[in-house]
Amino acid sequence: MAKKLHDGAKQALAGLLFDGMTIAAGGFGLCGIPETLILAIRDSGVKNLTVISNNAGVDDWGLGLLLRTRQVKKMISSYVGENKEFERQFLAKELELEFNPQGTLAERLRAGGAGIAGFYTRTGVGTVVAEGKDTKVFNGETYILETGLVADLAIVKAWRGDSFGNLLYRKTARNFNPMVATCSRNTVAEIEELVPSIDANLVHTPSIYVRRMIKAASNEKRIEKRITRKEA
Amino acid sequence: MPWDRNQMAARAARELKDGFYVNLGIGIPTLVAGNIPPGMEVTLQSENGILGLGPYPTDNEVDADLINAGKETITEIAGSSYFSSADSFAMIRGGHIDLSVLGAMEVAENGDIANWMVPGKMVKGMGGAMDLVAGVRRIVVLMEHVSKDGSSKFRKKCTLPLTGTNVVDMVITDLAVFARDGRKGPFKLIELAPGVTAEQVKASTEAHYVEA
Repeated sequence: MAKKLHDGAKQALAGLLFDGMTIAAGGFGLCGIPETLILAIRDSGVKNLTVISNNAGVDDWGLGLLLRTRQVKKMISSYVGENKEFERQFLAKELELEFNPQGTLAERLRAGGAGIAGFYTRTGVGTVVAEGKDTKVFNGETYILETGLVADLAIVKAWRGDSFGNLLYRKTARNFNPMVATCSRNTVAEIEELVPSIDANLVHTPSIYVRRMIKAASNEKRIEKRITRKEA
Repeated sequence: MPWDRNQMAARAARELKDGFYVNLGIGIPTLVAGNIPPGMEVTLQSENGILGLGPYPTDNEVDADLINAGKETITEIAGSSYFSSADSFAMIRGGHIDLSVLGAMEVAENGDIANWMVPGKMVKGMGGAMDLVAGVRRIVVLMEHVSKDGSSKFRKKCTLPLTGTNVVDMVITDLAVFARDGRKGPFKLIELAPGVTAEQVKASTEAHYVEA
């Protein structure tokens, strides 16, 4: 079997990047984002990207780095509120944006990875999200048709990975990573810790979804809103 | 005296029942967590992927991998579980969450809600708001009765882009509580903040509602 673990992000992404491609990225806010792979994609200079990610990072971290370098043509996201450069590019019409409700985005990625072309949901009925979409009534309730999403490349961050490519995520850093891992034939995972094997009962993402893997060079894990309570 | 924000949240907490699974929105609704009656077991969900939200961490407990949907650091408690965002929204969309308390910019007399686009400001996105109003069994809205310019936020029709249609079960403002059953028929005025009169409420409400 081809070795999944690569020496670095550049090697792991070799041959997988091209201008105009669609990249799906795991993470929620700055939690559980593939920091190392984002930096490598920035350094590769690949451009005209469509990026599927719940958020768009902040100005100087995460996917915000690719916005800064103008490598992104379009974002498919549910919330992009923490990024001034995003706002500037969007208002100047330099950046396309497709808003998806967060649950719809998660399910579109899941569906895409599972070979489901579309699904009906009540989310967004009667709102701008429903515009131009097919509707159908089930048991007297209106649902809208949403389509599955697939990507040319998927990048995820996991806590632990084994050499087979099985992944385990940590706490709420799991978020979008499991679905993103499934939505492409080319999924590259960066892991914090390489372990000999993950207990088969505890695998979150089975190895079949992981094509290549690297040990993360960046585990900065920035916190957007550090809120604490006083020691009791 | 109209209710202050914490009193509004305390009023919303009276809608909780033992054993409920609840999702609290960002803003005033987060204050509901501090008003859960002692002895009542309520499990809080955060849509990024945790059930069983604990309090904010101490300095030593801060963990970058553990945040809520508002991207704030949090803690886990006994009984907590983590899951993917797809599983999280399956809980929400599938009707497994008993109640959600959300903020709003406008609620209409037919139960429509607008709470994701602020007029004149950059559109930040709806996040999970549309999924929550479409999927959670009971939607309680906490909002100021009138906006900063004095206009009624409980209206005949929403003027802002909608988050959902006919999804609101209860509206709690600083002045009063309006509720309806089964998302049918008009809202009823069921409670007044202390010292607030029905006439005052009438005068500052654009929506049609039934007097108790």
